Amino acid sequence: MADRKALQVEMISAHPGPVPGHGVQRNLEVCKLVDTTTCIGCKACEVACVEWNDMPFSPTTFDNTYQTMPETRWNFWNLIKFNEHQKEDGTIQWLMRKDQCMHCADPGCLAACPADGAIVKYANGIVDFNQENCIGCEFCISGCPFNIPRFNPETKRVYKCTLCSDRVGEGLEPACIKACPTGCLKFGTKDDMKFIAEERAKQLRENFGIEKAGVYDPQSVGGTHVIYVLHDATDPERYGGLPKNPEIPWSYTVWKWLFKPVLGTFALFGLLGVCLHYVTAGPRRTQPEPPRKGERNG
Amino acid sequence: MASAVERFDDKASETFESVGRTTVYRGELLRHPVYSRALHWMVALFFFLALFSGFGIYLPWLFRWFTPIFGGGQLLRAMHPWFGLGFVVFFGLQALNWLQPMIWTPADSNWMRNMKKIVSSEEKMEAPDTGFFNAGQKVQFWEIVGGCTAYLITGIILWVGAPTFGRILVAISYVIHDISALIMLGGIFIHIYESTFGQPGTFQSMTRGAVSEAWAWTFHPAWYKQMTGRDPVQACEEARRQMTTGNKP
Ligand code: HEM
Ligand code: SF4
Ligand code: SF4
Repeated sequence: MADRKALQVEMISAHPGPVPGHGVQRNLEVCKLVDTTTCIGCKACEVACVEWNDMPFSPTTFDNTYQTMPETRWNFWNLIKFNEHQKEDGTIQWLMRKDQCMHCADPGCLAACPADGAIVKYANGIVDFNQENCIGCEFCISGCPFNIPRFNPETKRVYKCTLCSDRVGEGLEPACIKACPTGCLKFGTKDDMKFIAEERAKQLRENFGIEKAGVYDPQSVGGTHVIYVLHDATDPERYGGLPKNPEIPWSYTVWKWLFKPVLGTFALFGLLGVCLHYVTAGPRRTQPEPPRKGERNG
Repeated sequence: MASAVERFDDKASETFESVGRTTVYRGELLRHPVYSRALHWMVALFFFLALFSGFGIYLPWLFRWFTPIFGGGQLLRAMHPWFGLGFVVFFGLQALNWLQPMIWTPADSNWMRNMKKIVSSEEKMEAPDTGFFNAGQKVQFWEIVGGCTAYLITGIILWVGAPTFGRILVAISYVIHDISALIMLGGIFIHIYESTFGQPGTFQSMTRGAVSEAWAWTFHPAWYKQMTGRDPVQACEEARRQMTTGNKP
């Protein structure tokens, strides 16, 4: 993991106090662009991901579609989701979407995680899990609007796409980008990718008559560092459940940062209360009490 | 239903009684039989295991110094649900065991209205209609019954996880789970205080199982009357007289 030190950290899960080293250097935000209109479903990226990350074999399943398995797995982070869509004129359209961590600007996984340093967000936008700090509570799974983190019951830790932080830290592009034969995957700064994506969507609308073509970069999570060009940006759900308005539950924001510490302190009032009772009102003794020293009758 | 529970309880009590031992000396009353005591300490053991392992999940950055006791964060997280389950199961048995003396009565409503005087030690003795458990103990008992139900439902949702129950249900469940734990934690401080330093003489009811008659007429007069047939106030006055004359040289 030494190579990851090249990346500047911006956010740390459940970390009290400031983030060390943050803001020392200017950092460009990186971004992966996935153009679903030129993906041919060859799955080179799937293989490249498994190869580069040295992951153990994961058996594939066949369900009469062009999808390798139903969902990503702890050792399979990059899955081409295949969906058939019937258009208004009755013809069938094949939708291929590369499903992986979106590297959200506001990561729900990080907000949900209670373990200090189990999830970090680098200044370049990459969200990464540090398994050595992960306690396997699986809160991140419910915090993530894209259903990405995966629990490995054997190591009792959670895994997901790293956006090849180890490669990016060394100035290389992610493995999936390198493997893609059609150029449907691109990697660069967020600004550049956003620009190319918008241009491509415009081209689709104006030159190909695909009127609803657009870019998917959901602002409800502050934008993502993986963005899509979609044939129909008004209905991302049809691409294998891409949420239209990804959201982080309030309990991971308000509850965790405000009420958790405040109510936790409140419970300690029980302790304070009984101590105060002991020194003020004092214990209740069985009756009759023996007469006190110096009292008459004594 | 009720009779089935009683029969099952009776048999367990008998078995526990033949294994354990309770000595009641003269001037004492049997308070808690072996069965109740065994359950109580199993409840307490699993409660604290669940509580401390729970802390390690609640705020790992604050509590990670004791996660190694449980074998590290991951093992702690994996064991916590089992501790919780143990707590709920043993408390469930205890709840069946104590259901009858825990039923709320008009005397308890009076106690609640009187609480300020009792807590401030203004009234040295409990009201004469305070039975086997007082209203404060009953409130704690029913709080734990409610808390256990909340724990069990939300705990299972958190255990099985978001892939089955959906992320919103999990996000809500953990808040309820936490609140339930915090209320119980606050209550346990009071409970431990009342049964040790706050009311000297109480602790032995859960260890040896017997209490002094004086303890009984002071804190549970109606129960004292039921057990001995004597009037608690009179008994107390008698003891006071004896104490003062006995002290004369
Ligand atoms: C070290 C910790 C504890 C001590 C010293 C302690 C002591 C006692 C004692 C002496 C009694 C008998 C009271 C009586 O006879 O009137 C009692 C009752 C009881 N205990 Fe505990 N206990 C402890 C922990 C717990 C825990 C963790 C729980 C459950 C979460 C619990 C639940 C109860 C309940 C429900 C009763 C009956 C009602 C009451 O007396 O409040 N106890 N305990
Ligand atoms: S399972 Fe997820 S939320 Fe829990 S500690 Fe690991 S990374 Fe954080
Ligand atoms: S997609 Fe999910 S796992 Fe990836 S950064 Fe966003 S919230 Fe975290």
